[in-house]
Amino acid sequence: MKSDASSDWRPSATLEVLRLRARMLESIRAFFSARAVLEVETPALSVAATPDPALASLTTRYTGPGAPHGQTLYLHTSPEFAMKRLLAAGAGSIYQICKVFRDGETGRQHNPEFTMLEWYRIGMDHHQLMDEVAELVTQVLAGNRQLHPSEKLSYREIFERRLGIDPHTATAADCAQIARAQGIAIPADLLEHHDVAIWRDLLLSHLIEPELGRDRLTFVYDYPASQASLARIRPGLPPLAERFELYLNGIELANGFHELADVSEQRTRFERQLHARAASGLPPVPPDQHLLAALARGLPDCSGVALGIDRLVMLAAGARSIQEVVAFPVDRA
Amino acid sequence: MATYSTNEFKAGLKVMIDGYPGAIVENEFVKPGKGQAFNRVKIRNLKTGRIIERTFKSGDTIEAADVVDAEMQYLYSDGEFWHFMNPETFEQLAADAAAVGDNTKWLKEQDVCIMTLWNGVPINVEPPHTVTLKIVETDPGVRGDTSGGGGKPATLETGAVVRVPLFVQSGETIKVNTRTGEYISRV
Repeated sequence: MKSDASSDWRPSATLEVLRLRARMLESIRAFFSARAVLEVETPALSVAATPDPALASLTTRYTGPGAPHGQTLYLHTSPEFAMKRLLAAGAGSIYQICKVFRDGETGRQHNPEFTMLEWYRIGMDHHQLMDEVAELVTQVLAGNRQLHPSEKLSYREIFERRLGIDPHTATAADCAQIARAQGIAIPADLLEHHDVAIWRDLLLSHLIEPELGRDRLTFVYDYPASQASLARIRPGLPPLAERFELYLNGIELANGFHELADVSEQRTRFERQLHARAASGLPPVPPDQHLLAALARGLPDCSGVALGIDRLVMLAAGARSIQEVVAFPVDRA
Repeated sequence: MATYSTNEFKAGLKVMIDGYPGAIVENEFVKPGKGQAFNRVKIRNLKTGRIIERTFKSGDTIEAADVVDAEMQYLYSDGEFWHFMNPETFEQLAADAAAVGDNTKWLKEQDVCIMTLWNGVPINVEPPHTVTLKIVETDPGVRGDTSGGGGKPATLETGAVVRVPLFVQSGETIKVNTRTGEYISRV
């Protein structure tokens, strides 16, 4: 990273925004304290990493007692695996506020390290958790942003409303045609891509997301099974992932699941993701055996969600970029 | 063939787009949390100035454009080519009508222009922001009018026509903004 030390020693966020950020963190902790949800801490470093091909883990090395010749450790991209081990151990509903790390992500809404709020609610399904997310965000933004009543739209509805297609049946060619008709200029090599998931992501990120959640919380739920990540899949035609995302003013704020508890299904998904990594030329990563052991022991029925604190502060402060709400973004770190 | 990956994208980077060199104006990284990352890029065509929008899958590469800007002194035109000289190396280069375009009307001998070279060949010539040119023809103005309101057309020595205040006369030298084509002052 290029840096001009003589001027870049200063924070990129104003002190006023940093004070707002501190007040919002207090408000979040008060929210969970009032609901008797336990604050926990889990390691940022692990011998295992997520095999999700959409996420790239940063690595570091530990050398010392227990690892005389050095050992690769992965910085977590979310505290999900370790928090599920606590759930399996009987911790009850828990939350965590921590730094997470993702390689390759820098932009107006991205910094390779960012602050995540992640919480799990025992006995809730994804719809009940969406309601609680709305309560939390409304409370934390109170005084900074007036919100219209929240709405819930299925993944199918957002595609039908904006583009008139059913995302569960559309082919890559259908999506490509819409992208062209909507004036998205796509290089030839992408046009040859037949993986419909990439095309759905293209349409979603370019045409749909920017218009989601105009001064209101818009929850999108019931994703294609291929994008289930760690959510349960509800059988049906088509089968749907019990996953949701939250948008406010076009910004993706949170991602939640009715959590997958089936250990053999989890093992299969890890294997499928590892194959997908290999097919895309991505390095293999060790899957989390502790998570699999915990699931085998039994994960209570629960839903969980991860919310980007920096983006929430952006919305509260009316900031255009994440660099305006963190003291020292990666180019000044 | 030199290439740039999307991770190298930044404002000012010179890249090939549709077989022609362009400069990146804006680069936005977009990524659905659990999905494919894209770079949405705005690129200015270095000849037409037109802004084009393109989407790349993050990690993809794009061909680099061998483009440099050089300060070149305008010498003369032979009707077909416009001849320039590098004031430091005295190297001479000829730009064709396509490269000079409309800017031919601002080119005055000795003036230093910015020439854009693609693979060593001139593709664009930017005249100085302001040029000083002599009026060769304009209607006699109303004597005593110093307000500058209204104005009248005046033809300059390079062929450019600009609106000047009524009190400015043929034979006088004026300063003109080449970006807006507007009269600035008498010299």
